[in-house]
Amino acid sequence: MQSKTKEFNPILEVNNLFASTENLPILKGVSISVKPGEIHAIMGRNGCGKSTLSKIIAGHPSYTITKGEIKFTGQDIQSLEPEERAQSGIFLGFQYPIEIPGVSNLEFLRVATNARRKFLKKEELDTFDFEDLVKEKLDLVKMDSAFLSRSINQGFSGGEKKRNEILQMALLEPKIAILDETDSGLDIDALRVVASGIKKISNEKTGIILITHYQRLLDEIKPDYVHVMSDGQIIKTGESDLALELEKHGYEWTDNFSKKQ
Amino acid sequence: MVSENLVKNVVTEPYKYGFVTEIETEKISKGINEDTIRLISEKKEEPEFLLNFRLNAFKKWQKMKEPCWADLGYKEIDYQDIIYYSAPKQKEKISSLDEVDPKLLETFDKLGIPLTEQKKLTNVAVDAVFDSVSIATTFRKELAEHGVIFCSISEAVKDHSDLIKKYLGSVVPSNDNYFAALNSAVFSDGSFVYIPKGVKCPMDLSSYFRINSGDSGQFERTLIIAEESSSVSYLEGCTAPMFDTNTLHAAVVELIALDDASIKYSTVQNWYAGNEEGVGGIFNFVTKRGKCLGKRSKISWSQVETGSAITWKYPSCILLGEESVGEFYSVALTNNLQQADTGTKMIHIGPKTKSTIVSKGISAGNSVNSYRGLVKMGSKAIGSRNYSQCDSMLIGDQAAANTFPYIQSQQPNSEIEHEASTCRISEDQLFYLQSRGIEFEEAVSMMVSGFCRDVFNQLPMEFAAEADKLLALKLEGSVG
Repeated sequence: MQSKTKEFNPILEVNNLFASTENLPILKGVSISVKPGEIHAIMGRNGCGKSTLSKIIAGHPSYTITKGEIKFTGQDIQSLEPEERAQSGIFLGFQYPIEIPGVSNLEFLRVATNARRKFLKKEELDTFDFEDLVKEKLDLVKMDSAFLSRSINQGFSGGEKKRNEILQMALLEPKIAILDETDSGLDIDALRVVASGIKKISNEKTGIILITHYQRLLDEIKPDYVHVMSDGQIIKTGESDLALELEKHGYEWTDNFSKKQ
Repeated sequence: MVSENLVKNVVTEPYKYGFVTEIETEKISKGINEDTIRLISEKKEEPEFLLNFRLNAFKKWQKMKEPCWADLGYKEIDYQDIIYYSAPKQKEKISSLDEVDPKLLETFDKLGIPLTEQKKLTNVAVDAVFDSVSIATTFRKELAEHGVIFCSISEAVKDHSDLIKKYLGSVVPSNDNYFAALNSAVFSDGSFVYIPKGVKCPMDLSSYFRINSGDSGQFERTLIIAEESSSVSYLEGCTAPMFDTNTLHAAVVELIALDDASIKYSTVQNWYAGNEEGVGGIFNFVTKRGKCLGKRSKISWSQVETGSAITWKYPSCILLGEESVGEFYSVALTNNLQQADTGTKMIHIGPKTKSTIVSKGISAGNSVNSYRGLVKMGSKAIGSRNYSQCDSMLIGDQAAANTFPYIQSQQPNSEIEHEASTCRISEDQLFYLQSRGIEFEEAVSMMVSGFCRDVFNQLPMEFAAEADKLLALKLEGSVG
C-alpha cells in the first residue's frame, strides 16, 4: 500500500490494542496508523468496537486497556487525562453530543479553545477576540450566532449537534480528528454542510478517522484507506473502493474474511 | 471509575477561615437561666423594656420543645453547656476605630474585610460582629448624611429605642419557634438598619459575622426597616474557626418594608462545616423573615449556603401590602456529611401579591439536602401569584436530595405554579468537557455554576463572583 505522505511519521499509531469495559473484552487486537494528511474510514456493524476505539483514544474513563499501546506523535498517551489529550491535539467528534444545561455554548467554546491555545503557547483570547474568531468559524458549518448563547447542545436538533461538533473541531484545530458517525441522523443538505466543513478544516497536517456506516459521507470526503471492523478487530483494510464493495454486498460479505495480518 | 482515582489525587482545599484569634475574652459561665439573661442585659446596659422582652421570651422558650420535623439528624444539644455571652476584652468606650484591638482588625483583614480608614472597602459599609459584640461599623458618618442609620443593634437599643420598641419582634414574635425564642432571650449583637422615607441607600450595607470561641453560641439579631419609597441592599457573610465540637448559631433577622420600599438581603454563609467525618461544624438554626407591610413593597432574599454542619433556615416573606412582592433565590450546597433543610415561606395575605421562589440544591459526598417551602394564599389574596422552581443536583452516588413543597390556598382566584427537577452530573458530561481540553475541576465547576446561574444573577456583583469561587472550592475532590 502506498502512502501519499511517506516522508512523515504517523500522528497516531494504535498497536495491537486490547481493551475491555466491566471485564467485557471489546477490542481484541486493533492496529491502525494514521499519517498527516491521511483520511481513514472505519466501517463495521453496530457493536463491533468502532465507537469504543474512538473513546479509548480520547481517554474515556469507562474502558481499560489490557494490552497494546496508543501512540500520539510518537508518545504513549495511556497515562494522559482526556483533557491533556485534547489539549495536545486529539479531537473526538461524538456520535451523540452531550447536552449540558446551564453552560453557555460560547463560554464552553472559549474555555476549550483557550486550553488548546495555552498548550500551543499561543496567547489566550479574551471574549471580544474570541467572538471574532468564532463568528468566522461559524460560516464553515453555516451556523447562526444564536447557537452561541444557548446551553451546550441543549434543545439542538440532531443536525445542529453535529454541526456544533465540527465547529469545535474548527476552533481546536486538532492534529487528529476522530469523527464518530458524524453523518448519522443528517439529511442530505446537512451532510453536505458537515462534509464541506470537515474538508475545509483538514489540511496536509491533519489526520482524520471517519467512523461511518454509509457510503454517502465517503462520496463527499474520499478516504485514503477503509478499514472494516468486526468483533473488536480490523478484519480488512483497503482503499476507497472497499467501501463501495461493502455498500454493494453488505457486512455479511465481510463475515468471510478471517482476521487480517 | 477514573474520576475516583483522580479525585483522590486532588488536594482538598482546607477551610480557609478556620483560624482562631488568640484574644482575651470576657465570658460568662455556661448555662442559661433568668440570671444569665439579666446579666447579659446588664452588661449591655439595656433599658427595662428590653430586659422584659428577653425574660418574657425565656419563659416561653422553657415551655417549648425543640422542633424535630426537619429532615435532620444530630446529637441532642445541651443548652446548659453553652456560653451565652463572649466578648473580646476592650476599653470601656470606643470612640474610633483606632481604639479597636489591632488583633481584631487583623482578624477581619485576614477574612478579607478590612475595617480601617485606609483599607476599608470603598463601596460597602460594614458592621463587623465578633462573637457576641459588634466591633466596628464603617461609613457611619457618610450614611448619616443621608439619614441612614447603620449600627449595631446594641447601640440602636440605646440611641433609637423608639424604633426598637416598635419593630423588634414585630415580624418574628418571641414565641415564633424554639430557636427564635432562645434568640429573643439571649441575643447579643447584630446589625440595625433604618432607611428613612424616600432614601435610596447610597451604598450596599454589609454585616460580617465571625464566631471565634468554640464553646459559646452566637445569637445575633438583625433588624432592617425601610420607610416609604426607600431602598437598600444588604449583604451578610459568616465564617468560623475549625473546632471539633459543634457550635450553636441561632440568629433572628427581621425586615420591614413600608409602601413602595424595597429590601434586598443577600447571604453568603460559609460557617465551618465540620470535617470529612462529620466532626465539628456549626449548627445553623436561623429564623429570617420579612414583612411587606406597605403597598407595592418588595423583599428579596438571596442566599448561598455552603457551610455549617446543619442548616435549618427558611427566609420568608409575609406579603401584607397590596401588590407587594416577595422573592427567594437560594443555592444550598452540601458535601461530606453536611445536612441542610432550607427553603422559604411565602405568605400571601394582601391582594395582587406576587412571589417567586428559585431554589437550587447541590448535594455531594454523603450529604443530605432538602428544600422545604410553604406557599400560602390567604382568603383575601385575590389575584395573587406564586411561581416556584426547585432544582436539585446530585454529585456522586451517596448524596441525597429531597423536595418538600407545601401549598395551601384559601383563595380560588390566585395562582400557584411549582416546577421541580433533579439531575446528576454524569460521567459522560464530564468526559465531554474534558475531551475538549477542559480540566476536570473546571468542568465540574462550569456545570455547577451553570446550574446555579439563575440565582447567581440575583446576587450583587462582587458576591456573585465570590459565590462562584466558593462553590468550586467546596466541591473540590467531591466528584467520584
